[in-house]
Amino acid sequence: MKEEFKVISKFIEEKSRVLDVGCGDGILMEYLSKNKVVDVRGLEISKEKVKKCLSKGLAVIEGDAENDLKQFPDLSFDYVILSQTLQAFMSPEKVIENLLRVGKKVIVTIPNFGHWKVRIDLLLKGEMPVTKNLPYQWYNTPNLHMCTIQDFYNFCNSKGINIYKTISLNGEKISNISNSNLKYKNLISELGIFLLEK
Amino acid sequence: MNNLNKMKSIIIEKTLKLDCGKEISNFPLAYETYGNLNEKKDNAILIFHALTGDQYASGINPITKKEGWWNYAVGPGKSFDTDKFFIICANVIGGCMGSYGPGTIDPLTNKPIGTNFPVITINDMVNAQYNLLDYFKIEKLFAVAGGSMGGMQVLQFVSNFPNKARVALPIACTASHSAQNIAFNELGRQAIMSDSNWKEGLYDEKSTNPDKGLAVARMAAHITYLSKQGLQEKFGRNLQERSDLKFGFDADFQIESYLRYQGSVFVDRFDANSYLYITRAMDYFDLTKQFNGNLSKAFKDTKTKFFIISFTSDWLYPTSENKDIVIALNAIGADVGFVEIETDKGHDSFLLDVPDFLSTIKNYLNTTYSNIHERRI
Repeated sequence: MKEEFKVISKFIEEKSRVLDVGCGDGILMEYLSKNKVVDVRGLEISKEKVKKCLSKGLAVIEGDAENDLKQFPDLSFDYVILSQTLQAFMSPEKVIENLLRVGKKVIVTIPNFGHWKVRIDLLLKGEMPVTKNLPYQWYNTPNLHMCTIQDFYNFCNSKGINIYKTISLNGEKISNISNSNLKYKNLISELGIFLLEK
Repeated sequence: MNNLNKMKSIIIEKTLKLDCGKEISNFPLAYETYGNLNEKKDNAILIFHALTGDQYASGINPITKKEGWWNYAVGPGKSFDTDKFFIICANVIGGCMGSYGPGTIDPLTNKPIGTNFPVITINDMVNAQYNLLDYFKIEKLFAVAGGSMGGMQVLQFVSNFPNKARVALPIACTASHSAQNIAFNELGRQAIMSDSNWKEGLYDEKSTNPDKGLAVARMAAHITYLSKQGLQEKFGRNLQERSDLKFGFDADFQIESYLRYQGSVFVDRFDANSYLYITRAMDYFDLTKQFNGNLSKAFKDTKTKFFIISFTSDWLYPTSENKDIVIALNAIGADVGFVEIETDKGHDSFLLDVPDFLSTIKNYLNTTYSNIHERRI
């Protein structure tokens, strides 16, 4: 399983209710329901992936986070997970607002646009970055709103969102991010994983 | 008539109070089963049929000699795998395949009940079929499933009996019959009742048959089961066994000939009065209203796992109406899965060979059954 999912599952307490927004093939959902005995639901936009999830008996509904989160009542989940999809929304700000409304805690993972390889592409080559985590060209990327770990930190601070914990992922290396090492981690992390609360 | 004798049925002795206020008792409910009930009796699936269906979901219908209406989905190795599950399917009350309906002979008069038959509802149909659980001594069904009117019965069943099915599969249906659907049903009923052979429903004793009216009702309904794109691709403006227009009202176009054929074969297997009663039951279906405008309350406390399916080209029971059910279930944190299957086959998709649809159900049922099984061990 992906390192990212291991970090996410460590955040989640046993026997809690979880909503995985953009659950893809349901790999994280399967892992959670097998190992943590959690009640886990999924929301996914791709029909193909929804069919795969349902074939595995997972409770996944076809829909998109920008329109379909509103059907979930306030605080109806202990955790809401958003893994590497925030950058693809038309309005990430509204999605985050809705996630924090539906979930008591929210786990958000972002591909870090502040990683040094990204910076070098733009600085030295003068080209839009194409990396392992950001494999698209500028003309076909689904990523509308890229941000850095620092950007997301600033966003949460300005919105009064509590950041419980931030984890940096660089390859298989997992480390904590704090105010003191933020600038450095923003340079070396491929992914940032945030545990948030309203 | 030999075949009718082979038909399986139970006589429901205890009184059933209908929504219209009348009470019925000692009435027949015809059913068929496929596969075997296991020792634990935990592998039973109750399938509900749609408007013109019957208990013969799979194999060859012994009465019509045609394939069962859900032959693509029910059978060995199929979506509802009869090697694994015990499938029960009953003819709804109001129907014309052996269950208590307007064609049933009234022992007092020795004549068909006709329009003296009470107006029944989806709720009445489901309550009648619940007796099958007692008959087979099944404590809890593994699943309830059905498309269109069958889906409405699924919703009503779970609402009435929240703890009697582990899985519910309502397909291409609605929680509240729309004005458009009522309109189409009314068109069908008017076609039947305007046929001078209908005789206020007493056509059997007068030895006539409102074939023409029933055929027109079927033709109109059949159009609503298909999509515009599907019709265009299959028939377009193709002419029927002629090279040019004939400047008359014969079936110049293939689509006309096709609809006429659909109408003509339908009257051989279906009763006009049953058509009136069953379409009425559909029109009266409004689960949301049963719970004072809050559909979520219909499923309060249910532990049933829902899997709702709609089809992109179904304009009769569109995705939006299926999604309303999903939304109501999510509002109470029920376990619900939902997918809209891409197909140009219209509302009829649930009856046809739509591989994505069939395989997803199969995998969902098999996995869910083994998950439940494993956890119990």
